[in-house]
Amino acid sequence: MSITVHLPTMLARLAGDTNALEASGDTVGEALTDVIARFPALGPRLRDDAGKPYGFVTFYLNDEDIRFRGGFEAPIADGDEVIVVPTVAGG
Amino acid sequence: MTATDTTPVDHAQRLSALPELSTEELQRYSRHLLLPEVGLEGQRRLKAGRVLLVGAGGLGSPLGLYLAAAGVGHLGLVDFDVVDVTNLQRQVLHGTRDVGRPKLDSARDRLLDINPHTDIETYDTRLTSDNALEIVREYDVVVDGTDNFPTRYLVNDACVLTGRPNVYGSIFRFEGQASVFATPDAPCYRCLFREPPPPGLVPSCAEGGVLGVLPGLIGTIQATETLKILLGIGTTLAGRLLLVDALRMQFRTLKLQRDPACPACGTRTLRELIDYEDFCGLRAVHAGPGVAEVTPAELVAWRARGDAIDLVDVREPGEWALGHLAGARHIPLGMVSSALDTFARDRTTVLYCKGGTRSAQAARLLQEGGFSNVWSLTGGILRWRTEVDPTLPNY
Repeated sequence: MSITVHLPTMLARLAGDTNALEASGDTVGEALTDVIARFPALGPRLRDDAGKPYGFVTFYLNDEDIRFRGGFEAPIADGDEVIVVPTVAGG
Repeated sequence: MTATDTTPVDHAQRLSALPELSTEELQRYSRHLLLPEVGLEGQRRLKAGRVLLVGAGGLGSPLGLYLAAAGVGHLGLVDFDVVDVTNLQRQVLHGTRDVGRPKLDSARDRLLDINPHTDIETYDTRLTSDNALEIVREYDVVVDGTDNFPTRYLVNDACVLTGRPNVYGSIFRFEGQASVFATPDAPCYRCLFREPPPPGLVPSCAEGGVLGVLPGLIGTIQATETLKILLGIGTTLAGRLLLVDALRMQFRTLKLQRDPACPACGTRTLRELIDYEDFCGLRAVHAGPGVAEVTPAELVAWRARGDAIDLVDVREPGEWALGHLAGARHIPLGMVSSALDTFARDRTTVLYCKGGTRSAQAARLLQEGGFSNVWSLTGGILRWRTEVDPTLPNY
């Protein structure tokens, strides 16, 4: 499966200044592993040491929060989009 | 009367309870009165509306200006800050002549100039677990224009506990987020982000910068949602998260779902406000065990007696470019772990950042890497500026 992972600008600088990365895998977690293999600096920003999601970075599969679709196990299909939404506090 | 405490009354009764508009007000709001969705009744609703703005800064500026101009009758402002010259690039509520004045004074003058019919209540305080519920209960809608995680969780929880909608906006560099949380049917802020990041991981606008117009974009979206809630029209962002990317000028809307495990609006195990500094891990950093601190005066003395010191600035590149301590080298906090081999075990290492939080974190990373002679500069470059070198820029 080939999907697109969309990064916010604050993380894009860790991925060669690219906001949209092509990735492959059968689940959201596998797609992220694929991206992290190419850009290791992204790893600790996307998931914790145990490979689990943080409570302050939310992932969307298309427009749905993956926590309600199986988390990192959520299955993906060709053309899906994964959107990384980190918390920010500025005002 | 609030959005959720309202008891059922018939339409005529509710209408008669709304304040009348003077001839001057009818003229002032004519462009609203022409809108079928607002009209005379809607404008009277706005006049009856009570909105609390938490923060009179970047987001609070357009919020205050547009809500006052639109005829919201009662605006409460919470802020304890003083106008600084670095605010003026985006905080359009305040002007150059206001530098040094309390933001609340400056805001009141400006808002009353825009609309003398607006009632302004000011709270010269930090919103805390002790005062939040009492203040929030006085209002129909709460708008989150704060700039830090503890206050964002506090605002959210106070809104959930009192049943007030939380009109959320948040910004960083070129990107922003907006939503309406904590309405009866909508998830809350905790449903989206169940916990804050560890201190120092996500830079603030004071550390990472922000495009001046971005709070204008996000703040006007928050103002729009606030007016719609007061008017009871349209479809708000309740249950949706709006992402704005100003650099690519892309808007994306995502669905929000209530987290059944959310302690605020899911399980409702959160029955009172908590210690938000503690929740956000801030106390642990300030009182962090095992991190040695050096004051500016001590560091000056060490350098004067010729100690070999590796002085390392762990701030972001933009902050380094603004100005840095003479003789320092630059390793942003995020790069420290991968740069351990550039540190020497036989030298004294002094780390500094803007205020002392990130340097304490970096010191901990070095300690974990086996370095023992590691110090964090107390109060960071801002205290150094005050006590040693006033030519460095304040930011």
